[in-house]
Amino acid sequence: MSDSLYLAWRYIGFNRWKTLTLMACITLITVLPLTLQVLLTETERQMLARAASTPLVVGAGGSALDLMMSTLYFGRDVPELINMSDSEEIWETGLADAIPLYVRFRARDYPIVGTTLDYFDFRGLGFAAGRPLAVLGECVLGAEAARRLELEPGDSLVSSPDNLFDLAGVYPLKMSVAGVLKRTYSADDLAVFVDLKTAWIIEGLGHGHGDVARDGDTSVVLERSEDNVVANASLVQYTEITKANIDSFHFHGEPENYPISAVIALPHDAKSSAILRGRFLESLVTAQIVVPFEVIGALMQNIFRIKNVLDAVIVVVGLATVLAIALVFALSLRLRQREIQTIFKLGCQRATIAHLLAAEIILILFASGVLCVGILLIVDHYSADLVRLVFVN
Amino acid sequence: MIKITDLDFVYPHGEFRLMVPDFNIKRSEKVAVIGPSGSGKTTLLNLIAGITVPKHGTVEVDEVTVSRLEDRHRRAFRITRIGFVFQDFALLDYLNVLDNILHPYRITRALELSRSVRQRASVLAETMGIADKLKRPVGELSQGEKQRTAICRALLPDPSLILADEATGNLDPDNKSRILDLLFECVDAHRATLLAVTHDHELLARFDRVIDFQGFRGGVAE
Repeated sequence: MSDSLYLAWRYIGFNRWKTLTLMACITLITVLPLTLQVLLTETERQMLARAASTPLVVGAGGSALDLMMSTLYFGRDVPELINMSDSEEIWETGLADAIPLYVRFRARDYPIVGTTLDYFDFRGLGFAAGRPLAVLGECVLGAEAARRLELEPGDSLVSSPDNLFDLAGVYPLKMSVAGVLKRTYSADDLAVFVDLKTAWIIEGLGHGHGDVARDGDTSVVLERSEDNVVANASLVQYTEITKANIDSFHFHGEPENYPISAVIALPHDAKSSAILRGRFLESLVTAQIVVPFEVIGALMQNIFRIKNVLDAVIVVVGLATVLAIALVFALSLRLRQREIQTIFKLGCQRATIAHLLAAEIILILFASGVLCVGILLIVDHYSADLVRLVFVN
Repeated sequence: MIKITDLDFVYPHGEFRLMVPDFNIKRSEKVAVIGPSGSGKTTLLNLIAGITVPKHGTVEVDEVTVSRLEDRHRRAFRITRIGFVFQDFALLDYLNVLDNILHPYRITRALELSRSVRQRASVLAETMGIADKLKRPVGELSQGEKQRTAICRALLPDPSLILADEATGNLDPDNKSRILDLLFECVDAHRATLLAVTHDHELLARFDRVIDFQGFRGGVAE
């Protein structure tokens, strides 16, 4: 067989473009359904597992799917916002614990998730390095975000401005990295967690600056009365929260009116869950309460329906490709009749011809197989990101 | 060396019929076969090589009745004992010169490709003046070089009989003479028998014997 393989190798090498085309056809038709399966398995793993572990989500009325994408997977699209008072109302029912989430801003393209420490307990997030959030202006990084940004506790990370051309907008906030989470193979790995108040400071609802009432610099004062000082835009606001300036940070307005994007509700039991859901239906409030598993389950069903259609298409295309490949081999045999006659005349056994052709097919299939495995390994390696890119972002 | 008796051959779906009542060639003889196209020269070579088998009569080569061997034994006999040189060289363009010369060793178990065979191939290529082209693809060779490569391939297994089917047909006069010189030298060196079909009457004088195939259907004219 080694001589047959050698001759087949020389033939394949000589007809490299034909061989490459064949390999590409075989690889493509094999890789497509397998890649689809890998991605769907990863999608199912990522999305369903996270949805199943989140009992209820409260958010603004509108697309339940958008709300899920933002709350569970920290997607780029920001749903309609609700108020902090919605979270407090859930607490007050006594039926469930409430974890408010504010997912709106980004830091170097990673989502900033404003939440409370309860979120870390709820998701069971442990620390690989550093410590939990303790003071204003700190952030905790997901494992993958920390790896890609090459950050560790003690480093700093700056929030990205909402709009580069908004000159009157809020200054980016330089956050100090307090800790890095252990890897969870979920959306948490790619998130930048901050305290809700820090998220509101990023939004501009809270800020810190020099004491214009006490400072002697009159150039920043627009108007001064007995109980109020109005400063102009030249008043420098702090873009980093430090021990020295932390006391100057303050918020304007009522905290219950501060925005959040969703509340994760953790009912104490099934009965509490049913009552809570009923209240939202009865009250016809603008907020909605959804069961993530149902929303994501419906999404997955649709995805699998599409996959079934794709599978059918791939089967048809695959059959056509197999026939085309068979035709290529048949034509190749016809074109090689003279060569085959020659080696018959030299005294070659019939089985040897079969060996030669089999060796060619084996080599092409083997090379295609190696290519397939390579592509699948790459797809598998990046499947989490691909799923996030396709389904979440 | 070659003994044909009462041969009567008809192609399954053709009208062509070849009858050879008696035909003998001695060992180490160099015999030319001439005759018009379609007279059965190539068919005769194929019958001697065992590529086709007669229904009636016998073909003996080197005291082996080729026509009665089983197909696989006939193929093994052919590749080990008979060297075939074709008019169109029949080289494989995806192999280099050396691989073409060694090709018979790669397509049968009857021959073993050893280091000494490789050395012999190099010596043979040296004799034929193509030693410097062993690694070249055959597509880059001249007609003469291709025929020398084909002759090397035919001679490498050290056959006792060489069948040449218009081996110089595609060559210019200079190359014809040179190739025939080399073929004769190698045949002499290997003490082989040569049976060559040719249309070239200028070369006939160099053969020991010439068989005119005109009217071979009825008999041989020498």
